[in-house]
Amino acid sequence: MKGSASWLRRGYMALIALFLAAPLAVVAGVSVNEKRTLLFPPRGFSLEWYAAIFTEAEWRDALIASVGLALLSAALAVIVALPLSWFFWRRIAPWARVFQVLGVAPFMLPPVITALGFLTFWATGGVYGAPWTAVISHAIFFVTLPLVTISLGFSSIDRSLVEAAVTMGADDRTVFRTVVAPLIAPYLVSGFAFAFVLSLNEYIVAYMTIGFTMETLPVKIFNALRYGYTPTMASVSVFFVGIAVVAVGLIARYGDLPKLLGAWTGEER
Amino acid sequence: MRREPARTFSDLLPLLFPAAMLVVFFVIPFGIMIAVSFFRRQQGGFYTVDFVIANYERFLTPFFGDVLGFSLFLAAAVAVCCVLLALPFTSFLAGCSRRVQVVWLVGILAILSLSEVIIGFAWSTLFSRTAGIGNLLSALDLMETPKALLPGFGAVLTGMIYQALPFTILLLYPSLMRLDPSLLEAARTLGASPMRGFVSVVVPALRHTIAATLIMVFVFALGSYLLPQILGRPQHWTLSVLITDQAIYQSNMPFAAAMAVFLVLISLALVGLVLLVGGRREAAR
Repeated sequence: MKGSASWLRRGYMALIALFLAAPLAVVAGVSVNEKRTLLFPPRGFSLEWYAAIFTEAEWRDALIASVGLALLSAALAVIVALPLSWFFWRRIAPWARVFQVLGVAPFMLPPVITALGFLTFWATGGVYGAPWTAVISHAIFFVTLPLVTISLGFSSIDRSLVEAAVTMGADDRTVFRTVVAPLIAPYLVSGFAFAFVLSLNEYIVAYMTIGFTMETLPVKIFNALRYGYTPTMASVSVFFVGIAVVAVGLIARYGDLPKLLGAWTGEER
Repeated sequence: MRREPARTFSDLLPLLFPAAMLVVFFVIPFGIMIAVSFFRRQQGGFYTVDFVIANYERFLTPFFGDVLGFSLFLAAAVAVCCVLLALPFTSFLAGCSRRVQVVWLVGILAILSLSEVIIGFAWSTLFSRTAGIGNLLSALDLMETPKALLPGFGAVLTGMIYQALPFTILLLYPSLMRLDPSLLEAARTLGASPMRGFVSVVVPALRHTIAATLIMVFVFALGSYLLPQILGRPQHWTLSVLITDQAIYQSNMPFAAAMAVFLVLISLALVGLVLLVGGRREAAR
Protein backbone atom coordinates (compact mmCIF):
# COMPACT_ATOMS: atom_id res chain seq x y z
CA MET A 1 0.00 0.00 0.00
CA LYS A 2 2.72 2.43 1.06
CA GLY A 3 4.78 1.31 -1.92
CA SER A 4 2.04 1.99 -4.44
CA ALA A 5 1.48 5.49 -3.03
CA SER A 6 5.16 6.35 -3.29
CA TRP A 7 5.26 4.99 -6.85
CA LEU A 8 2.28 7.17 -7.77
CA ARG A 9 3.97 10.18 -6.21
CA ARG A 10 7.26 9.72 -8.01
CA GLY A 11 5.61 8.99 -11.34
CA TYR A 12 3.35 12.02 -11.18
CA MET A 13 6.11 14.38 -10.09
CA ALA A 14 8.34 13.05 -12.87
CA LEU A 15 5.59 13.74 -15.42
CA ILE A 16 5.23 17.34 -14.23
CA ALA A 17 9.01 17.72 -14.29
CA LEU A 18 9.02 16.42 -17.87
CA PHE A 19 6.27 18.87 -18.88
CA LEU A 20 8.13 21.78 -17.30
CA ALA A 21 11.55 20.82 -18.66
CA ALA A 22 10.72 19.55 -22.18
CA PRO A 23 10.34 22.88 -24.01
CA LEU A 24 13.47 24.27 -22.40
CA ALA A 25 15.44 21.10 -23.16
CA VAL A 26 14.44 21.28 -26.83
CA VAL A 27 15.46 24.94 -27.01
CA ALA A 28 18.80 24.06 -25.40
CA GLY A 29 19.15 21.32 -28.03
CA VAL A 30 18.46 23.50 -31.05
CA SER A 31 20.74 26.23 -29.68
CA VAL A 32 23.83 24.11 -30.31
CA ASN A 33 23.06 23.27 -33.97
CA GLU A 34 26.06 23.86 -36.17
CA LYS A 35 24.05 25.50 -38.99
CA ARG A 36 21.26 28.08 -38.82
CA THR A 37 18.58 25.42 -38.75
CA LEU A 38 15.76 24.61 -36.36
CA LEU A 39 16.55 20.93 -35.86
CA PHE A 40 16.17 18.62 -32.91
CA PRO A 41 18.08 16.43 -32.19
CA PRO A 42 20.79 18.95 -33.18
CA ARG A 43 23.18 18.28 -36.07
CA GLY A 44 26.74 18.88 -35.01
CA PHE A 45 27.75 20.91 -32.01
CA SER A 46 28.61 24.57 -31.84
CA LEU A 47 28.60 27.27 -29.19
CA GLU A 48 28.74 29.94 -31.89
CA TRP A 49 25.19 31.14 -31.17
CA TYR A 50 26.06 31.81 -27.54
CA ALA A 51 28.99 33.94 -28.64
CA ALA A 52 26.61 35.74 -31.04
CA ILE A 53 24.66 37.19 -28.08
CA PHE A 54 27.74 39.27 -27.30
CA THR A 55 29.31 39.71 -30.73
CA GLU A 56 26.27 40.64 -32.85
CA ALA A 57 25.59 44.31 -32.21
CA GLU A 58 21.77 44.05 -32.30
CA TRP A 59 21.65 41.32 -29.65
CA ARG A 60 24.35 42.87 -27.52
CA ASP A 61 22.58 46.25 -27.53
CA ALA A 62 19.31 44.59 -26.52
CA LEU A 63 21.08 42.71 -23.72
CA ILE A 64 22.72 45.90 -22.42
CA ALA A 65 19.38 47.75 -22.58
CA SER A 66 17.63 44.93 -20.68
CA VAL A 67 20.27 44.57 -17.96
CA GLY A 68 20.47 48.35 -17.47
CA LEU A 69 16.70 48.64 -17.26
CA ALA A 70 16.45 45.73 -14.83
CA LEU A 71 19.22 47.01 -12.51
CA LEU A 72 17.88 50.57 -12.34
CA SER A 73 14.21 49.68 -12.01
CA ALA A 74 14.84 47.01 -9.36
CA ALA A 75 16.92 49.51 -7.37
CA LEU A 76 14.19 52.14 -7.66
CA ALA A 77 11.53 49.60 -6.65
CA VAL A 78 13.53 48.82 -3.49
CA ILE A 79 13.97 52.54 -2.74
CA VAL A 80 10.19 53.00 -2.96
CA ALA A 81 9.36 49.86 -0.99
CA LEU A 82 11.83 50.27 1.90
CA PRO A 83 10.48 53.48 3.52
CA LEU A 84 6.93 52.26 2.93
CA SER A 85 7.52 48.94 4.74
CA TRP A 86 9.46 50.72 7.50
CA PHE A 87 6.55 53.10 8.03
CA PHE A 88 4.03 50.24 8.33
CA TRP A 89 6.27 48.54 10.85
CA ARG A 90 6.98 51.67 12.93
CA ARG A 91 3.67 53.54 12.87
CA ILE A 92 0.03 52.81 13.50
CA ALA A 93 -1.75 54.41 10.55
CA PRO A 94 -4.61 52.36 9.12
CA TRP A 95 -5.30 54.94 6.39
CA ALA A 96 -1.77 54.44 5.04
CA ARG A 97 -2.72 50.86 4.07
CA VAL A 98 -4.14 52.36 0.91
CA PHE A 99 -0.53 52.71 -0.29
CA GLN A 100 0.04 49.04 0.36
CA VAL A 101 -2.95 48.23 -1.84
CA LEU A 102 -1.55 50.59 -4.50
CA GLY A 103 1.79 48.83 -4.28
CA VAL A 104 0.27 45.39 -4.84
CA ALA A 105 -2.35 46.40 -7.43
CA PRO A 106 -0.14 46.65 -10.55
CA PHE A 107 1.01 43.10 -9.98
CA MET A 108 -2.48 41.63 -9.55
CA LEU A 109 -4.14 43.24 -12.55
CA PRO A 110 -3.57 41.94 -16.09
CA PRO A 111 -0.26 43.57 -17.18
CA VAL A 112 -1.73 45.04 -20.35
CA ILE A 113 -3.75 47.45 -18.20
CA THR A 114 -0.74 48.87 -16.39
CA ALA A 115 1.13 49.00 -19.69
CA LEU A 116 -1.66 50.97 -21.37
CA GLY A 117 -1.87 53.30 -18.36
CA PHE A 118 1.85 54.09 -18.72
CA LEU A 119 1.51 54.54 -22.48
CA THR A 120 -1.25 57.15 -22.11
CA PHE A 121 0.57 58.80 -19.20
CA TRP A 122 3.94 59.22 -20.93
CA ALA A 123 2.30 60.19 -24.21
CA THR A 124 0.24 62.86 -22.44
CA GLY A 125 3.37 64.11 -20.70
CA GLY A 126 5.17 64.39 -24.04
CA VAL A 127 8.10 62.17 -23.03
CA TYR A 128 6.92 59.00 -24.77
CA GLY A 129 9.86 56.78 -25.75
CA ALA A 130 12.50 58.23 -23.40
CA PRO A 131 14.51 55.36 -21.82
CA TRP A 132 14.04 56.60 -18.23
CA THR A 133 10.25 56.30 -18.56
CA ALA A 134 10.68 52.52 -18.78
CA VAL A 135 12.79 52.54 -15.60
CA ILE A 136 10.04 54.28 -13.62
CA SER A 137 7.32 52.14 -15.23
CA HIS A 138 9.08 48.88 -14.35
CA ALA A 139 9.88 50.09 -10.83
CA ILE A 140 6.19 50.79 -10.16
CA PHE A 141 5.07 47.62 -11.94
CA PHE A 142 7.36 45.41 -9.82
CA VAL A 143 7.36 47.37 -6.53
CA THR A 144 5.09 44.62 -5.14
CA LEU A 145 8.01 42.18 -4.89
CA PRO A 146 10.37 44.17 -2.63
CA LEU A 147 7.32 45.47 -0.76
CA VAL A 148 6.25 41.92 0.14
CA THR A 149 9.72 40.58 0.93
CA ILE A 150 10.83 43.63 2.97
CA SER A 151 7.53 43.73 4.90
CA LEU A 152 8.13 40.08 5.73
CA GLY A 153 11.62 41.00 6.89
CA PHE A 154 10.27 43.66 9.24
CA SER A 155 7.61 41.34 10.62
CA SER A 156 10.30 38.80 11.53
CA ILE A 157 12.28 41.29 13.63
CA ASP A 158 12.09 40.53 17.33
CA ARG A 159 10.76 43.79 18.80
CA SER A 160 12.52 43.19 22.13
CA LEU A 161 15.86 43.69 20.34
CA VAL A 162 14.69 47.10 19.25
CA GLU A 163 13.34 47.86 22.75
CA ALA A 164 16.75 47.06 24.18
CA ALA A 165 18.44 49.46 21.76
CA VAL A 166 15.95 52.21 22.61
CA THR A 167 16.46 51.69 26.35
CA MET A 168 20.17 52.20 25.79
CA GLY A 169 19.35 55.54 24.20
CA ALA A 170 19.32 54.80 20.48
CA ASP A 171 17.14 57.00 18.28
CA ASP A 172 15.27 55.88 15.13
CA ARG A 173 18.28 56.45 12.91
CA THR A 174 20.67 54.47 15.11
CA VAL A 175 18.16 51.65 15.59
CA PHE A 176 17.74 51.42 11.82
CA ARG A 177 21.47 51.35 11.16
CA THR A 178 22.51 48.97 13.92
CA VAL A 179 19.54 46.64 14.42
CA VAL A 180 17.03 46.83 11.59
CA ALA A 181 19.28 47.11 8.54
CA PRO A 182 21.36 43.97 9.20
CA LEU A 183 18.21 41.94 9.92
CA ILE A 184 16.29 42.94 6.82
CA ALA A 185 19.26 42.94 4.43
CA PRO A 186 18.58 39.39 3.10
CA TYR A 187 14.93 40.30 2.42
CA LEU A 188 16.04 43.46 0.67
CA VAL A 189 18.34 41.45 -1.58
CA SER A 190 15.57 38.92 -2.32
CA GLY A 191 13.18 41.70 -3.28
CA PHE A 192 15.81 43.25 -5.53
CA ALA A 193 16.63 39.91 -7.15
CA PHE A 194 12.97 39.07 -7.87
CA ALA A 195 12.31 42.53 -9.34
CA PHE A 196 15.54 42.30 -11.38
CA VAL A 197 14.73 38.92 -12.94
CA LEU A 198 11.11 39.84 -13.70
CA SER A 199 12.10 43.19 -15.22
CA LEU A 200 14.69 41.43 -17.37
CA ASN A 201 11.96 39.17 -18.76
CA GLU A 202 9.11 41.65 -18.96
CA TYR A 203 7.66 42.33 -22.39
CA ILE A 204 4.49 44.36 -22.55
CA VAL A 205 5.30 47.35 -20.34
CA ALA A 206 8.73 47.69 -21.98
CA TYR A 207 7.12 47.41 -25.40
CA MET A 208 4.42 50.00 -24.73
CA THR A 209 6.76 52.53 -23.13
CA ILE A 210 9.98 52.35 -25.18
CA GLY A 211 9.17 49.71 -27.81
CA PHE A 212 9.63 52.10 -30.72
CA THR A 213 12.86 53.71 -29.60
CA MET A 214 14.76 50.88 -27.92
CA GLU A 215 14.68 47.11 -27.95
CA THR A 216 14.95 45.15 -24.73
CA LEU A 217 15.78 41.47 -25.15
CA PRO A 218 12.22 40.08 -24.90
CA VAL A 219 11.06 42.72 -27.41
CA LYS A 220 14.02 41.83 -29.66
CA ILE A 221 13.19 38.10 -29.51
CA PHE A 222 9.55 38.75 -30.40
CA ASN A 223 10.46 41.09 -33.27
CA ALA A 224 12.95 38.54 -34.61
CA LEU A 225 10.38 35.76 -34.23
CA ARG A 226 8.11 37.51 -36.77
CA TYR A 227 10.74 37.07 -39.48
CA GLY A 228 11.30 33.41 -38.68
CA TYR A 229 13.91 31.55 -36.74
CA THR A 230 17.45 32.60 -35.87
CA PRO A 231 19.57 30.41 -33.59
CA THR A 232 20.52 33.37 -31.38
CA MET A 233 16.97 33.44 -29.98
CA ALA A 234 17.49 29.90 -28.75
CA SER A 235 20.86 30.62 -27.16
CA VAL A 236 19.61 33.83 -25.56
CA SER A 237 16.56 31.99 -24.15
CA VAL A 238 18.81 29.38 -22.56
CA PHE A 239 20.99 32.21 -21.23
CA PHE A 240 17.92 33.83 -19.63
CA VAL A 241 16.78 30.55 -18.09
CA GLY A 242 20.29 30.32 -16.61
CA ILE A 243 20.08 33.84 -15.16
CA ALA A 244 16.67 33.10 -13.61
CA VAL A 245 17.87 29.85 -12.03
CA VAL A 246 21.02 31.52 -10.63
CA ALA A 247 19.07 34.48 -9.21
CA VAL A 248 16.37 32.35 -7.58
CA GLY A 249 19.04 29.88 -6.44
CA LEU A 250 20.86 32.70 -4.67
CA ILE A 251 17.64 33.80 -2.98
CA ALA A 252 17.13 30.22 -1.80
CA ARG A 253 20.75 29.97 -0.66
CA TYR A 254 20.71 33.15 1.45
CA GLY A 255 17.05 33.26 2.40
CA ASP A 256 14.27 30.93 3.43
CA LEU A 257 12.39 30.19 0.21
CA PRO A 258 9.52 28.12 1.70
CA LYS A 259 8.90 30.86 4.29
CA LEU A 260 9.14 33.60 1.68
CA LEU A 261 6.57 31.85 -0.51
CA GLY A 262 4.27 31.05 2.39
CA ALA A 263 4.13 34.69 3.38
CA TRP A 264 3.87 35.70 -0.24
CA THR A 265 0.47 34.24 -0.86
CA GLY A 266 -0.64 35.15 2.65
CA GLU A 267 -0.05 38.76 1.65
CA GLU A 268 -1.85 38.42 -1.62
CA ARG A 269 -5.16 37.31 -0.31
CA MET B 1 10.26 49.90 19.85
CA ARG B 2 6.50 49.77 19.87
CA ARG B 3 4.39 50.89 16.98
CA GLU B 4 3.24 54.43 17.59
CA PRO B 5 0.69 56.57 15.80
CA ALA B 6 2.13 59.19 13.47
CA ARG B 7 1.71 62.49 15.31
CA THR B 8 3.90 65.14 13.73
CA PHE B 9 4.57 65.96 10.12
CA SER B 10 8.11 64.63 10.42
CA ASP B 11 6.66 61.23 11.38
CA LEU B 12 5.05 61.15 7.94
CA LEU B 13 8.19 62.13 6.03
CA PRO B 14 9.29 58.55 5.18
CA LEU B 15 5.92 58.01 3.54
CA LEU B 16 6.32 61.03 1.30
CA PHE B 17 8.52 59.60 -1.45
CA PRO B 18 6.83 56.20 -1.89
CA ALA B 19 3.36 57.75 -1.71
CA ALA B 20 4.27 60.39 -4.29
CA MET B 21 5.74 57.75 -6.62
CA LEU B 22 2.67 55.53 -6.39
CA VAL B 23 0.20 58.37 -6.83
CA VAL B 24 2.04 60.10 -9.68
CA PHE B 25 3.03 56.98 -11.59
CA PHE B 26 0.16 54.62 -10.87
CA VAL B 27 -2.98 56.47 -9.78
CA ILE B 28 -2.60 59.32 -12.29
CA PRO B 29 -1.84 57.06 -15.30
CA PHE B 30 -4.86 55.02 -14.30
CA GLY B 31 -7.00 58.14 -14.10
CA ILE B 32 -5.78 59.37 -17.47
CA MET B 33 -6.59 55.98 -18.99
CA ILE B 34 -10.15 56.16 -17.65
CA ALA B 35 -10.47 59.73 -18.99
CA VAL B 36 -9.13 58.70 -22.41
CA SER B 37 -11.74 55.96 -22.61
CA PHE B 38 -14.36 58.73 -22.91
CA PHE B 39 -12.38 60.77 -25.47
CA ARG B 40 -12.94 60.81 -29.19
CA ARG B 41 -10.61 59.02 -31.55
CA GLN B 42 -8.48 61.25 -33.74
CA GLN B 43 -7.33 59.76 -37.04
CA GLY B 44 -3.55 59.72 -37.22
CA GLY B 45 -3.09 61.18 -33.76
CA PHE B 46 -3.81 60.00 -30.24
CA TYR B 47 -7.22 61.45 -29.31
CA THR B 48 -9.22 64.65 -28.88
CA VAL B 49 -10.69 65.60 -25.53
CA ASP B 50 -14.43 65.02 -25.45
CA PHE B 51 -17.02 63.07 -23.54
CA VAL B 52 -18.51 60.29 -25.61
CA ILE B 53 -19.59 56.78 -24.72
CA ALA B 54 -19.12 55.53 -28.29
CA ASN B 55 -16.04 53.54 -27.20
CA TYR B 56 -18.12 51.61 -24.72
CA GLU B 57 -20.95 51.12 -27.20
CA ARG B 58 -18.58 49.10 -29.37
CA PHE B 59 -18.71 46.40 -26.68
CA LEU B 60 -22.13 45.49 -28.09
CA THR B 61 -20.72 44.44 -31.48
CA PRO B 62 -20.56 40.70 -32.23
CA PHE B 63 -16.81 41.00 -32.91
CA PHE B 64 -16.10 42.21 -29.40
CA GLY B 65 -18.51 39.66 -27.97
CA ASP B 66 -16.62 36.87 -29.71
CA VAL B 67 -13.24 38.03 -28.43
CA LEU B 68 -14.54 38.51 -24.90
CA GLY B 69 -16.29 35.15 -24.90
CA PHE B 70 -13.19 33.38 -26.17
CA SER B 71 -10.92 35.15 -23.63
CA LEU B 72 -13.13 34.16 -20.71
CA PHE B 73 -13.48 30.59 -21.98
CA LEU B 74 -9.72 30.24 -22.51
CA ALA B 75 -8.88 31.68 -19.08
CA ALA B 76 -11.43 29.37 -17.43
CA ALA B 77 -10.03 26.33 -19.25
CA VAL B 78 -6.48 27.25 -18.21
CA ALA B 79 -7.54 27.79 -14.58
CA VAL B 80 -9.37 24.44 -14.34
CA CYS B 81 -6.57 22.46 -16.03
CA CYS B 82 -3.89 24.13 -13.88
CA VAL B 83 -5.68 23.46 -10.60
CA LEU B 84 -6.38 19.84 -11.58
CA LEU B 85 -2.70 19.32 -12.44
CA ALA B 86 -1.26 21.34 -9.57
CA LEU B 87 -3.37 20.04 -6.70
CA PRO B 88 -1.95 16.48 -6.57
CA PHE B 89 1.51 17.76 -7.45
CA THR B 90 1.60 20.37 -4.69
CA SER B 91 0.30 17.92 -2.13
CA PHE B 92 3.09 15.49 -3.09
CA LEU B 93 5.58 18.36 -2.95
CA ALA B 94 4.42 19.31 0.55
CA GLY B 95 5.23 15.76 1.64
CA CYS B 96 8.82 15.90 0.37
CA SER B 97 11.86 16.76 2.47
CA ARG B 98 12.76 20.41 2.79
CA ARG B 99 15.80 19.99 0.56
CA VAL B 100 13.76 18.48 -2.28
CA GLN B 101 11.13 21.19 -1.85
CA VAL B 102 13.69 23.98 -2.18
CA VAL B 103 15.09 22.48 -5.41
CA TRP B 104 11.57 22.27 -6.89
CA LEU B 105 10.69 25.78 -5.74
CA VAL B 106 13.82 27.21 -7.38
CA GLY B 107 12.88 25.56 -10.69
CA ILE B 108 9.23 26.62 -10.43
CA LEU B 109 10.10 30.22 -9.59
CA ALA B 110 12.66 30.34 -12.41
CA ILE B 111 10.02 29.20 -14.92
CA LEU B 112 7.47 31.61 -13.46
CA SER B 113 9.84 34.51 -14.03
CA LEU B 114 10.55 33.53 -17.64
CA SER B 115 9.41 35.90 -20.32
CA GLU B 116 6.20 35.04 -22.16
CA VAL B 117 8.24 35.48 -25.34
CA ILE B 118 10.66 32.76 -24.29
CA ILE B 119 7.84 30.39 -23.26
CA GLY B 120 6.08 31.03 -26.57
CA PHE B 121 9.27 30.48 -28.54
CA ALA B 122 10.10 27.28 -26.61
CA TRP B 123 6.66 25.78 -27.25
CA SER B 124 6.66 26.86 -30.89
CA THR B 125 9.93 24.93 -31.18
CA LEU B 126 8.53 21.89 -29.40
CA PHE B 127 5.46 21.94 -31.66
CA SER B 128 7.44 22.62 -34.83
CA ARG B 129 7.81 20.16 -37.70
CA THR B 130 11.58 19.83 -37.65
CA ALA B 131 12.49 20.00 -33.97
CA GLY B 132 9.45 18.92 -32.05
CA ILE B 133 7.02 16.29 -30.92
CA GLY B 134 5.91 15.60 -34.50
CA ASN B 135 9.47 14.71 -35.34
CA LEU B 136 9.70 12.37 -32.36
CA LEU B 137 6.39 10.65 -33.17
CA SER B 138 7.47 10.08 -36.74
CA ALA B 139 10.81 8.64 -35.59
CA LEU B 140 8.81 6.19 -33.46
CA ASP B 141 6.57 5.41 -36.47
CA LEU B 142 3.52 6.79 -34.66
CA MET B 143 3.06 9.52 -37.27
CA GLU B 144 3.72 9.02 -40.96
CA THR B 145 5.37 12.32 -41.74
CA PRO B 146 6.39 14.91 -39.14
CA LYS B 147 3.69 17.57 -38.78
CA ALA B 148 3.69 20.92 -37.06
CA LEU B 149 1.25 21.04 -34.13
CA LEU B 150 0.74 24.77 -34.34
CA PRO B 151 -0.87 27.22 -34.78
CA GLY B 152 -4.00 26.02 -33.08
CA PHE B 153 -6.13 26.05 -29.98
CA GLY B 154 -4.31 23.08 -28.44
CA ALA B 155 -0.98 24.86 -28.74
CA VAL B 156 -2.33 28.06 -27.13
CA LEU B 157 -3.92 26.11 -24.29
CA THR B 158 -0.75 24.07 -23.64
CA GLY B 159 1.47 27.15 -23.66
CA MET B 160 -0.82 29.00 -21.27
CA ILE B 161 -1.06 26.04 -18.90
CA TYR B 162 2.73 25.93 -18.91
CA GLN B 163 2.86 29.62 -18.06
CA ALA B 164 0.23 29.46 -15.30
CA LEU B 165 1.12 26.11 -13.68
CA PRO B 166 4.06 27.43 -11.60
CA PHE B 167 1.83 30.28 -10.39
CA THR B 168 -0.91 27.81 -9.43
CA ILE B 169 1.53 25.61 -7.53
CA LEU B 170 2.84 28.59 -5.56
CA LEU B 171 -0.70 29.69 -4.69
CA LEU B 172 -1.60 26.24 -3.37
CA TYR B 173 1.72 25.58 -1.65
CA PRO B 174 1.22 27.48 1.67
CA SER B 175 -2.21 25.92 2.33
CA LEU B 176 -1.00 22.41 1.57
CA MET B 177 2.02 22.94 3.81
CA ARG B 178 -0.29 23.96 6.66
CA LEU B 179 -2.70 21.08 6.07
CA ASP B 180 -2.57 18.63 8.93
CA PRO B 181 -1.01 15.41 7.52
CA SER B 182 -2.83 13.35 10.17
CA LEU B 183 -6.11 13.98 8.28
CA LEU B 184 -4.89 11.98 5.31
CA GLU B 185 -3.26 9.37 7.55
CA ALA B 186 -6.56 8.85 9.35
CA ALA B 187 -8.34 8.31 6.06
CA ARG B 188 -5.68 5.80 5.00
CA THR B 189 -5.86 3.96 8.32
CA LEU B 190 -9.59 3.64 7.82
CA GLY B 191 -8.88 1.93 4.53
CA ALA B 192 -9.23 4.67 1.93
CA SER B 193 -7.02 4.41 -1.16
CA PRO B 194 -4.57 7.29 -1.70
CA MET B 195 -6.82 8.65 -4.44
CA ARG B 196 -9.98 8.35 -2.37
CA GLY B 197 -8.31 9.88 0.67
CA PHE B 198 -7.15 12.80 -1.43
CA VAL B 199 -10.54 13.45 -3.02
CA SER B 200 -12.62 13.00 0.12
CA VAL B 201 -10.31 14.58 2.73
CA VAL B 202 -7.80 16.98 1.19
CA VAL B 203 -10.08 18.55 -1.43
CA PRO B 204 -12.97 19.39 0.94
CA ALA B 205 -10.57 20.73 3.59
CA LEU B 206 -9.11 23.10 1.00
CA ARG B 207 -12.25 24.11 -0.85
CA HIS B 208 -11.86 27.83 -0.09
CA THR B 209 -8.21 27.79 -1.16
CA ILE B 210 -9.13 25.93 -4.33
CA ALA B 211 -11.88 28.42 -5.17
CA ALA B 212 -9.56 31.37 -4.53
CA THR B 213 -6.78 29.76 -6.60
CA LEU B 214 -9.13 29.11 -9.53
CA ILE B 215 -10.06 32.78 -9.60
CA MET B 216 -6.49 34.04 -9.23
CA VAL B 217 -5.26 31.79 -12.05
CA PHE B 218 -8.22 32.92 -14.16
CA VAL B 219 -7.16 36.57 -13.74
CA PHE B 220 -3.53 35.60 -14.41
CA ALA B 221 -4.54 33.82 -17.62
CA LEU B 222 -6.66 36.80 -18.75
CA GLY B 223 -3.41 38.77 -18.87
CA SER B 224 -1.67 36.36 -21.25
CA TYR B 225 -0.83 38.40 -24.27
CA LEU B 226 1.95 36.94 -26.40
CA LEU B 227 1.15 33.23 -26.31
CA PRO B 228 -2.13 33.55 -28.27
CA GLN B 229 -0.20 35.49 -30.92
CA ILE B 230 2.79 33.15 -31.14
CA LEU B 231 0.96 29.81 -30.84
CA GLY B 232 -2.52 30.61 -32.18
CA ARG B 233 -4.37 32.04 -35.16
CA PRO B 234 -6.14 35.42 -35.15
CA GLN B 235 -9.35 33.77 -33.93
CA HIS B 236 -7.43 32.75 -30.78
CA TRP B 237 -6.61 36.34 -29.88
CA THR B 238 -7.68 37.43 -26.44
CA LEU B 239 -8.86 40.72 -25.00
CA SER B 240 -5.29 41.56 -23.94
CA VAL B 241 -4.09 41.14 -27.54
CA LEU B 242 -6.99 43.19 -28.88
CA ILE B 243 -6.24 46.05 -26.47
CA THR B 244 -2.63 46.27 -27.62
CA ASP B 245 -3.65 45.91 -31.26
CA GLN B 246 -6.09 48.83 -30.96
CA ALA B 247 -3.64 50.98 -29.00
CA ILE B 248 -0.52 50.44 -31.09
CA TYR B 249 -1.49 49.30 -34.58
CA GLN B 250 -4.95 50.84 -35.09
CA SER B 251 -3.93 53.87 -32.99
CA ASN B 252 -7.38 53.91 -31.44
CA MET B 253 -6.39 54.78 -27.88
CA PRO B 254 -9.90 55.63 -26.65
CA PHE B 255 -11.28 52.21 -27.61
CA ALA B 256 -8.21 50.43 -26.19
CA ALA B 257 -8.63 52.40 -22.95
CA ALA B 258 -12.33 51.54 -22.75
CA MET B 259 -11.52 47.82 -23.12
CA ALA B 260 -8.78 48.13 -20.49
CA VAL B 261 -11.23 49.75 -18.06
CA PHE B 262 -13.61 46.87 -18.74
CA LEU B 263 -10.83 44.34 -18.08
CA VAL B 264 -9.97 46.12 -14.81
CA LEU B 265 -13.59 45.89 -13.70
CA ILE B 266 -13.73 42.14 -14.43
CA SER B 267 -10.42 41.56 -12.61
CA LEU B 268 -11.35 43.72 -9.62
CA ALA B 269 -14.70 41.99 -9.29
CA LEU B 270 -12.95 38.62 -9.28
CA VAL B 271 -10.23 39.69 -6.84
CA GLY B 272 -12.99 41.11 -4.63
CA LEU B 273 -14.66 37.72 -4.76
CA VAL B 274 -11.41 36.11 -3.55
CA LEU B 275 -11.21 38.56 -0.64
CA LEU B 276 -14.83 37.80 0.20
CA VAL B 277 -14.15 34.05 0.21
CA GLY B 278 -11.09 34.68 2.40
CA GLY B 279 -13.05 36.97 4.73
CA ARG B 280 -15.81 34.44 5.23
CA ARG B 281 -13.23 31.80 6.02
CA GLU B 282 -11.66 34.08 8.65
CA ALA B 283 -15.10 34.74 10.14
CA ALA B 284 -15.83 31.01 10.32
CA ARG B 285 -12.83 30.41 12.55
